[in-house]
Amino acid sequence: MEHAHKEHPKYMRIFVILIILTIAEVAVVYMPFPKIVIALLLIGMACSKALYVALYFMHLKFEQKTLMVIALTPFIICVFLVFMLLPDLMDGARHEGAKAESQVVDASH
Amino acid sequence: MEQTTTLDHSADVYEPSLTPDSLGKLGMWLFLISDAMSFGALLAAYGAIRAGAAEWAPPSEVLGINLTAGMTFLLICSSVTMVKALEAIQNGNQSRMCTFLGLTILGGLIFLGLQAYEWTHLITHGLTFTTLPHGMSGSTLFGPTFYTITGFHGAHVTGGVIYLIVILIQGLRGTYTAENNHKVEILGLYWHFVDLVWIMVFTFVYLL
Repeated sequence: MEHAHKEHPKYMRIFVILIILTIAEVAVVYMPFPKIVIALLLIGMACSKALYVALYFMHLKFEQKTLMVIALTPFIICVFLVFMLLPDLMDGARHEGAKAESQVVDASH
Repeated sequence: MEQTTTLDHSADVYEPSLTPDSLGKLGMWLFLISDAMSFGALLAAYGAIRAGAAEWAPPSEVLGINLTAGMTFLLICSSVTMVKALEAIQNGNQSRMCTFLGLTILGGLIFLGLQAYEWTHLITHGLTFTTLPHGMSGSTLFGPTFYTITGFHGAHVTGGVIYLIVILIQGLRGTYTAENNHKVEILGLYWHFVDLVWIMVFTFVYLL
């Protein structure tokens, strides 16, 4: 029975935290901050929301530690993916920019 | 003396560390992890296409943020009702579990309805696979990436609603009790994952 008791964290508190973070996210978009600050704030809040859902609603916090390691793998792989794509992204932006400019020139003829 | 040895042996009896219940849970976790990588790849591809585009229409102007914030609220609510359904059956309350499962299904259905409304609205305003809404400039890849990601998520919600209905029918027949409720817990894992993915999609596709 004490086991069952352990599995019921304060869901309502998590719910309130998630709602507040959602409202804050929407509010941040309209704030006159630099774009990079807004982006970092949004990503930080989204990750903490996802963490709350995984830890409490999916009970990850109360499972064996091994499961947490397993659950972390896709996250790590995705971060790797983004970093491996970065050089191409920078190249792509330059390339596309040049192409778009030449198209504009073509259209003006 | 002989008795103690047999007792010692009985303590060593092989006990599988994966019981049928925990096996189901592990299976769902493995599925969710592979699914998370699919979503991760989609979002990374979206980021790559967007960064590579010379111009990208601001999502907050093309898409409505207020409606989607409401959809986020709805999915978080349905996650709470899901968790309450599991809590109810762990306390042996079958009718309470069915009520909360019903509310979760309702949340999922309203979400799908809102998404259908949103898509219809956007398509009639000109956001398609090849065009942007009138008066907007930027890469026409906005439409394909947007519909692929939200569509993939919407398909997960649809599957989740069907999954919820199956478990609800079993619940109404009295399959689940305070001792036997692992399938409800596994269903919860899937549903919360769909909520978690939407949190990410909402941030990366709508807000950023």
